[in-house]
Amino acid sequence: MEYRRSLLEKTNGIITLEKIEKYNGYPSEERFSKGPVPIIECIEEIPCNPCETVCDRHLIKVGKPITNYPRLIDPDGKCTGCTKCITICPGLAIFIVDKTYSENEASIALPYEELPIPVQGEKIVGIDRAGNSVCKGFVQKVLSRKNFDRTHVVTIVIPKEFADDVRYFKRIDE
Amino acid sequence: MKTELAIIGAGPAGLCAAIEAAKNGVDVTLIDENRTAGGQLFKQIHRFFGSEEHLAGIRGFEIGNMMLEDTQKYGVKVLLNTVVWGMFPDLKLGLSNGNMVSVIEARRIIVSTGALENSLSFPGWTLPNIMGAGAAQTMVNVNRVLPGNKVLIIGSGNVGLIVAYQLLQAGAEVIAVVEALPEVRGYQVHASKIVRMGIPIITSHTITRAEGDSCVRKAEIARIDDTFKVLKGSEMILDVDLICIAVGLRPLAELCWMAGMKFDYLPQLGGFVPLHNENMQSSIEGIYVAGDVAGIEEASSAMEEGKLAGIAAGISLGKIVKKQGIEIINKAKEGLRALRLGPYGDYRQESKEKIVHHYYAA
Repeated sequence: MEYRRSLLEKTNGIITLEKIEKYNGYPSEERFSKGPVPIIECIEEIPCNPCETVCDRHLIKVGKPITNYPRLIDPDGKCTGCTKCITICPGLAIFIVDKTYSENEASIALPYEELPIPVQGEKIVGIDRAGNSVCKGFVQKVLSRKNFDRTHVVTIVIPKEFADDVRYFKRIDE
Repeated sequence: MKTELAIIGAGPAGLCAAIEAAKNGVDVTLIDENRTAGGQLFKQIHRFFGSEEHLAGIRGFEIGNMMLEDTQKYGVKVLLNTVVWGMFPDLKLGLSNGNMVSVIEARRIIVSTGALENSLSFPGWTLPNIMGAGAAQTMVNVNRVLPGNKVLIIGSGNVGLIVAYQLLQAGAEVIAVVEALPEVRGYQVHASKIVRMGIPIITSHTITRAEGDSCVRKAEIARIDDTFKVLKGSEMILDVDLICIAVGLRPLAELCWMAGMKFDYLPQLGGFVPLHNENMQSSIEGIYVAGDVAGIEEASSAMEEGKLAGIAAGISLGKIVKKQGIEIINKAKEGLRALRLGPYGDYRQESKEKIVHHYYAA
């Protein structure tokens, strides 16, 4: 519908890359070259810290007061990409970006709570923080563990140049 | 009927109060007008924010299940389908369960009756399928009925944003979230989550009218200026079959008024709020308040306030040793202080301090 587009143009409430850099820190390309990186997109002083307590390797820091902005402290690339932080975050605000997936592609692991659950190999359209379709890709992996309590972790693969923008995806059949 | 502690309302505050008091040997009767206990917890299918102590990362209904187990474990008497129609200063409650009217005599009372959704009036607002966002959330998450397929949400606080997400999860199309202020009111993470799923959040706009027949069919929204005046010519018609109103909550405090409690008007906490001290004791000796009825916050704070009230009542009944009780009370207070930090908490902390100040001044 036509009004739909004009509504989207007016949309407010988008978290931008600049704000993430300012409040949570955004990893350097050097860090990205070392493997998977949790990207935390939580730019407000919310009293909340399960991301900090869930990380076995203590790589996410909130500290005291509990309203501090969460930050990843992992310069050496100790993150194993276990995705626990993705599924525990009540704001669905953590993603794991792996720019080492292949020469031209990056993988993005993200929280998914819609039905039906995507299947491996499925073609998708990558969506940015503002809800815009920006590129094509595919579903590489779907994790649905019991301790994830109904938040599935879907890993999508997209062209590397969109790895800092894509944070959701659209099913192509829809 | 007699009981040591009667608790009115079995939501997060009432359940926590009941568990803490019963665990410490108090004879507790928990009364709720609904057919199940849990209050709003069972429609909260999302994970809670907070710290480990506040059960962060766990979904609301799971917290509800945990608490129902505890009420059984500690022998809380639960009266369901039971309306409290009167609360009197001599600590008697009038009850009705549909068949029978009775009176229960308590030595202490905790009022944890929760909140009521605010409404918004505009031409057409009485049409079917224009409802509170909380009502839609109950229909979809508790009763598994999707009330509409094309949804407009009015209000971008956390309730509006969460309900938008959950209606989308249930298969509805959310046409837009409309907000009168120039900025989103709820958490950015909640806003972000629905924006990337393609839901527009339109700020500085309001609903101007609704049209329909047996159900709402169309909504007209328009831009407003900074004095909240509608800008002529900015109207836009949307095809919808459900409008959810999420414009805040207010304390459900009729029983407190009836009993003659003193109140304060604090818009930051939802309007008229019964005065209470730092241990949730109201202006009537022996009656405590806890949760949204004592000022609108969220479930995590309601649980801490419930704990506070439950322990304070237990101490005053002589059932809890003061020294041990105060330890639990201090922990709950610390928890509350943490939940009231940051830009979404500061104003609540300030207003809560005002209430306590006015309690002692009154």
